[in-house]
Amino acid sequence: MEFNSNKAIFLQIRDTILERILSGDLKPGDRIPSVREYGATIGVNPNTVMRTYERLTTEGVIHNKRGIGYFISDDAKEIVLGNSREEFLKEDVPVFIRKMELLGLKPEEIFDNK
Amino acid sequence: MIEIKDLSFSYGKEPVLKSITTSFEEGRIYGLLGENGVGKTTLLTLLCGLKKVGSGSITTDGENPFNRTPSLLEKQYYLPDEVAPTPMTADGYAKERGRFWPLYDHEKFLHIMKEFENDPDKKMSQMSAGQLKKTYIAFALATGAKYLFMDEPTNGLDIPSKAQFRSAIMSHTAEESTIVISTHQVRDLENIIDPVIILDKQEVLLNASMEEISDKLFFDYGTTLKDGSLFREQLPGGFLQVYPNYDKEESKVNVEALFNAVHAHKDLIKGLFNKKEA
Repeated sequence: MEFNSNKAIFLQIRDTILERILSGDLKPGDRIPSVREYGATIGVNPNTVMRTYERLTTEGVIHNKRGIGYFISDDAKEIVLGNSREEFLKEDVPVFIRKMELLGLKPEEIFDNK
Repeated sequence: MIEIKDLSFSYGKEPVLKSITTSFEEGRIYGLLGENGVGKTTLLTLLCGLKKVGSGSITTDGENPFNRTPSLLEKQYYLPDEVAPTPMTADGYAKERGRFWPLYDHEKFLHIMKEFENDPDKKMSQMSAGQLKKTYIAFALATGAKYLFMDEPTNGLDIPSKAQFRSAIMSHTAEESTIVISTHQVRDLENIIDPVIILDKQEVLLNASMEEISDKLFFDYGTTLKDGSLFREQLPGGFLQVYPNYDKEESKVNVEALFNAVHAHKDLIKGLFNKKEA
């Protein structure tokens, strides 16, 4: 995996998992790899993957079954949609709007094309 | 668990390490960083019992490694920066030497050799420097040693091998093993080392997990220069600046910048990291 953005690695790994949940690639009940397996696949220390899993567990997106592994929660998609929409509005949209203003673009030029 | 207490070591009259106190816990991949000549290799050879401490102590699972008891030797492996081009095939060498490590797994050796696209039937004396290094890395991982000390393991590896190395180090070591990698190639290993130890002339400047580092320091990749940075560097797309993490924001740790920030502000960094949180 190539990490380019300046976001903390454990958050970038979270983004990847969230995207896979939104796209339907990961479904409720699916098992996700152990932290070591995942770490080995993407070349990242297991501690870093653990931080991702801890964050996702707190958010209720995944849950740990003792001794078996981590699984996608039943309502993962709803949670991810809610959180991701909020993050998008809070983080991405202001940047987008600033850029629009800098370039002198009006909303209708972007949204009314189709 | 390895505990180092008040360790000093000198070559003749020239002191190298002075009152070093630190520890290495299980299940971690330590990155040992330091400028040329600060004693990284010396520390590794002391850890595996090839040298005798001047004063102070090293204790590995309750034993002094310099006693070189078989019970400890079979739990550790030291991969030096320069490795010997033995006039044997890799397969023959590994089979013979593997007998010293009870957990040695020849199938695993062959498997890693294959991952590295390295021919086990080739004579080690006829291998290129990179092929030879990969043979030794494969062997080191196949020993099943709980303590793995590696001095510049990615030196001489070609580009694809570096990713294979990162993956192999996690797929082929036990969960409770302690791995200590000394390196200058921080970009090769940035994402797999955690914690980071920065050794300076005769002292440990930092021994901290990545989580602690990102908690205490903020790495800013923005386009505006700000005051009060501990380190700044101009990048093609802007700047990389390091500050104390006042706002407790998450950022991506850049180990090169970390190293430079630590060196430029030794006392401030030590204060920042020694502070016990309430």
